Amino acid sequence: MIKAVIMMNTQGKPRLTKFYDFQPPEKQQELVRTLYSVLCTRPEGVSNFVDVASIFGPDSRLVYKHYATLYFVFVYDSAENELAMLDLIQVFVETLDKCFKNVCELDIVFNYGKLHTIIDEIIFGGQVLETNSAEIMRAVEEISRLEAASSTISLVPKSVSNWRSR
Amino acid sequence: MANSSIMDTLFQRSLEDLIKGIRIHSPDASTPISAFLSKAMDEIRKEIKSTDPHTKSTALLKLTYLSSLYGYDMSWAAFHAVEVISYPRFSLKKIGYLSASASFNEDTEVLLLMTNQFRKDLSSPNDFEVSLALQCLSVIGTTDLCRDLCNDLFTLLSSTRSYVKKKAIAVILRVFSKYPDAVRVCFKRLVENLESSDPQAVCSAVGVFCELTLQDPKTYLPLAPEFYRVLLDCRNNWVLIKVLKIFAKLAPLEPRLGRKIVEPICEIMRRTMAKSLLFECIRTVVNGLSDHESAMKLAVSKVKEFLVDDDPNLKYLGLQALSDLTSRHSWAVLENQEAVVKSLSDVDPDIKLASLRLLMAMVSDDNVAEITKVLLNYALKSDPQFCNEILRSILVTCSRNYYEIVFDFDWYVSLLGEMSRIPHCQVGEEIESQLIDIGMRVKDARPELVNVGRDLLIDPALLGNPFLHRILSAAAWVSGEYVEFSRNPIELIEALLQPRTNLLPPSIRAVYIQSAFKILVFFLQSNLWQQDEGASSLIGDRTQGGSSPMIEAQLLEGNSLATYGSMTNSGHRFCAGDSSRSVDENGDEAVARGQPVSLAVSGRETSSQESVVKLLNFIQTAMESLSCSHEVEVQERARNVLGLVQLVKRYVLGCSVLHEENSGKKESETSEIVKLITDLCSEELGPVSVSAQARVPLPDGLTFQEDLSELDTIYHDIQLQPSSFSLGMSRYGDKGFPLTSNGQFKEESESSTKSESLLAEHRQRHGLYYLPSEKDGAASADYPPASGEKVEGDRHDEMNDLVKLTEQSLTVKKKPHRAKPRPIVVKLDEGENFIPTNKLESQNDMLSGAVRDVLLGNEDVSISSYGADPPSKWKGKEKLISDGPLDLRENSVTVESSDIGNPSSRRSKHKAHGKERRQHGHGKNDERREENSRKEKKKSSHHRHSRHKGDGKGGASMAGKAAADAPSDHRKISTVHVRMQVRKK
Repeated sequence: MIKAVIMMNTQGKPRLTKFYDFQPPEKQQELVRTLYSVLCTRPEGVSNFVDVASIFGPDSRLVYKHYATLYFVFVYDSAENELAMLDLIQVFVETLDKCFKNVCELDIVFNYGKLHTIIDEIIFGGQVLETNSAEIMRAVEEISRLEAASSTISLVPKSVSNWRSR
Repeated sequence: MANSSIMDTLFQRSLEDLIKGIRIHSPDASTPISAFLSKAMDEIRKEIKSTDPHTKSTALLKLTYLSSLYGYDMSWAAFHAVEVISYPRFSLKKIGYLSASASFNEDTEVLLLMTNQFRKDLSSPNDFEVSLALQCLSVIGTTDLCRDLCNDLFTLLSSTRSYVKKKAIAVILRVFSKYPDAVRVCFKRLVENLESSDPQAVCSAVGVFCELTLQDPKTYLPLAPEFYRVLLDCRNNWVLIKVLKIFAKLAPLEPRLGRKIVEPICEIMRRTMAKSLLFECIRTVVNGLSDHESAMKLAVSKVKEFLVDDDPNLKYLGLQALSDLTSRHSWAVLENQEAVVKSLSDVDPDIKLASLRLLMAMVSDDNVAEITKVLLNYALKSDPQFCNEILRSILVTCSRNYYEIVFDFDWYVSLLGEMSRIPHCQVGEEIESQLIDIGMRVKDARPELVNVGRDLLIDPALLGNPFLHRILSAAAWVSGEYVEFSRNPIELIEALLQPRTNLLPPSIRAVYIQSAFKILVFFLQSNLWQQDEGASSLIGDRTQGGSSPMIEAQLLEGNSLATYGSMTNSGHRFCAGDSSRSVDENGDEAVARGQPVSLAVSGRETSSQESVVKLLNFIQTAMESLSCSHEVEVQERARNVLGLVQLVKRYVLGCSVLHEENSGKKESETSEIVKLITDLCSEELGPVSVSAQARVPLPDGLTFQEDLSELDTIYHDIQLQPSSFSLGMSRYGDKGFPLTSNGQFKEESESSTKSESLLAEHRQRHGLYYLPSEKDGAASADYPPASGEKVEGDRHDEMNDLVKLTEQSLTVKKKPHRAKPRPIVVKLDEGENFIPTNKLESQNDMLSGAVRDVLLGNEDVSISSYGADPPSKWKGKEKLISDGPLDLRENSVTVESSDIGNPSSRRSKHKAHGKERRQHGHGKNDERREENSRKEKKKSSHHRHSRHKGDGKGGASMAGKAAADAPSDHRKISTVHVRMQVRKK
């Protein structure tokens, strides 16, 4: 089971937080801060796994990957394979890359909704459901199309039409 | 209203505007971002009340954003989220679901309103709408929701829409955990999906079973054949990993299963290129198949590859795999010892820690010396944090179970000394407690302990390091307590009183002074009076000190004489303690003291006196400055020492003048005082169990009152008692005090008898709250028993009790193969820590119970369907289910119509269970039959399901009665090979 997916930049600003067991917002922020303090002290060339039982409770492991200005962090338990989780980060990043054409931090910052769409296609309630980035892309594009279609109708907001009809 | 709504819509900040605003504010501190954010929150609060869906949902999206990335509370907006979810437009609905998944929890009340909305969305023709609902449900599903939506989800489990189906399967995990009864409805279909032709359905079904199996492996053992099929057929690494995780849990439960899966797993290990899968195989073998030697060998060889790999990730995982091996296959660890030791100097702190733990796990009494030597070398080289980690783990490992692995305590004590001198050492507290602990528990280690203590005390450089102060305190205590093993007490006193000791905190200075005091007393006793032992008849008493009342009395006298309260002596001296001890101790002492004494005798008497005077002068100068200290502990002890010094000095000087006369009185007085203090100091301290008090048996007729408020009424007449009470205690026993010539003493003894009588009075009145006096010694022997009129026989009984107690608690441990016997380590017999055992969650039990029920039924059918052709009417239904989405209504009709199952006999079920097991143990011939039966099962599954729905206990399937060969017209399970290769990094 995956417990949390967190993206933050190298200054410790969170860009995406997703917890699969409920955490109140203040607690989430605290966890992110603690996590950052752990990650930023890790030197280059060390393993991607960190022992986080002290932060997330027993039977929790963490894998992170550092891309450009971003940390990608997955917190999971013994039901997941460590290397597979590392691969999953890779899948996630690849999909982001396909989605945004050379993804950079700004894309992440401004596409909050889409980010969630993508991660929700990969991880469902803490379980890994899709690992093929082409499949993920297909679903994401479909959803985006659907969103766009439903919001084109909203170009004439109901309130406006109400007002005109009055 | 309409107007404001338009204004909101037209001028509302979108999420993008909000983000831009935040970005503008972030860098400069002139307009703080918090002000901007709280303004944005005010806007959101206004906008979210809008009736316009777009405005409302945009506000909700912004709120969700601020909540998840900036920690703003959004629980207040729960109702708005429900509203947004109910909008028909997909883009808005999505926002609603997003915010609900992020912010709802068990306590969110509005969840009750969502059941129908969920139901509606789950039956939507739009896959993505269904997906949104499922997604949300998988995170926030409560017991109520899961119960109410169970049937809807059941329908989706056999949906033809792969996209929906895989998510419906995954959500079942949440449903089972929240509402275990759902097992009766959904379990069959979940199992069916393990054999689905849809690889995505298989993938998520295996995922669900993996989670379930990890929680409670035993329950899912009957499903092993299904998992086995997946293991053989599946080419998807993700799925294989999950199946391996399942088998790692199942294999230890069923040896025959292990035999069956070991070959396929080894095959995967040999051929796979994916490290993740390889690692999972290794872990499965290590944890589940450790009896299979060839597989173990293969796995260990792969671990070795991991360990020597340049990739730190693989190294880390290799070490993890090794640590799983330590308990049962230490050979594998020893084989890789070199790689492990090398990893100690890795850059990665986690790798270093892992290898340290591995090394510590390898430690035994044979190699402890070598390993600690290696580790200390690493500790010297590494950074402070890891250095201390090393030291700490050495300390923990060596002290485990009363120093179980330490045979040579001289070595260990000097190791402790060595550790103290490591520059980064910050484990003073641990070393301190071990030094004292060993001193008390291991008699044979004391000489070396004093030796090591001396080396530490004498080094002025160590005083500058605050982390070492605790160790120095222990060293000081040890050298004072066991001074009889010291070769040069004068040197010790000089070390204890060196000027740099002013760097110590007062509490530790107090220990220093106290130790100096003890050493001085010892020195005086052995140098001044010991030599004319023959002349002084009083000295003869010393050897008879064994008789307990004598000692008791002497101790008490000593107490008052030197105003040497046991109160001041760190509170852990037990004078009433072991009479048996002091008997041996006296014998020991005579031997131990032989050395310094003989030295003194060989020297000239006069020179020895000179040295005494010199020493006394030295102490006097050192103490005079301290006697004005602001710290009471330091001041009081310094004054104690000064008092003694002056007393002795008067005697020594007087003695040298009047040496010829050998005038008895003064000498005998002083020498007696010194002797008494010596005896007091030579009383041995032992370890005291934390729970000693609890061992005092409850006396008959003692009743405890819950409420102690009554005590107030009892105590109100003796309000001011406490202060005089403690005084009475510390001075207790002035009765029969021989030296009453001094007026001051008389006065004191008067006051103490007064308080004592008060105490006795109190005791008489409220005897209920006192423990019987003979038990006092066992419970806590800090003070002499409180009863004034105690007869001697009583005391003897007490002593006997104590002797018994010590006999009980002394455990002698010997290992015959050692040339040098291991010294005795005093242990207290009861375990010092309790490990509370937690009961399993009841929820979990319910789940596994439900699953077991269903599985028993499942086997029943799978066996009976060997030769069973299910009745045709079921066939028709089955087609409906597998071919197209089943209408909810139709489903419920089925449920009703199927209620007519024959009542089953429990016996047939059990028989079936046994058969299943046997069959499972068979070779490949059976596999085809198995497969057939499974297909069969699939056919009849709908029937089975309905049966369970209708009647939990289930009737014997109608299929079970018919007997025919498995039909061949079933669709073959096609194994679609999915290329979802796990990427290599």
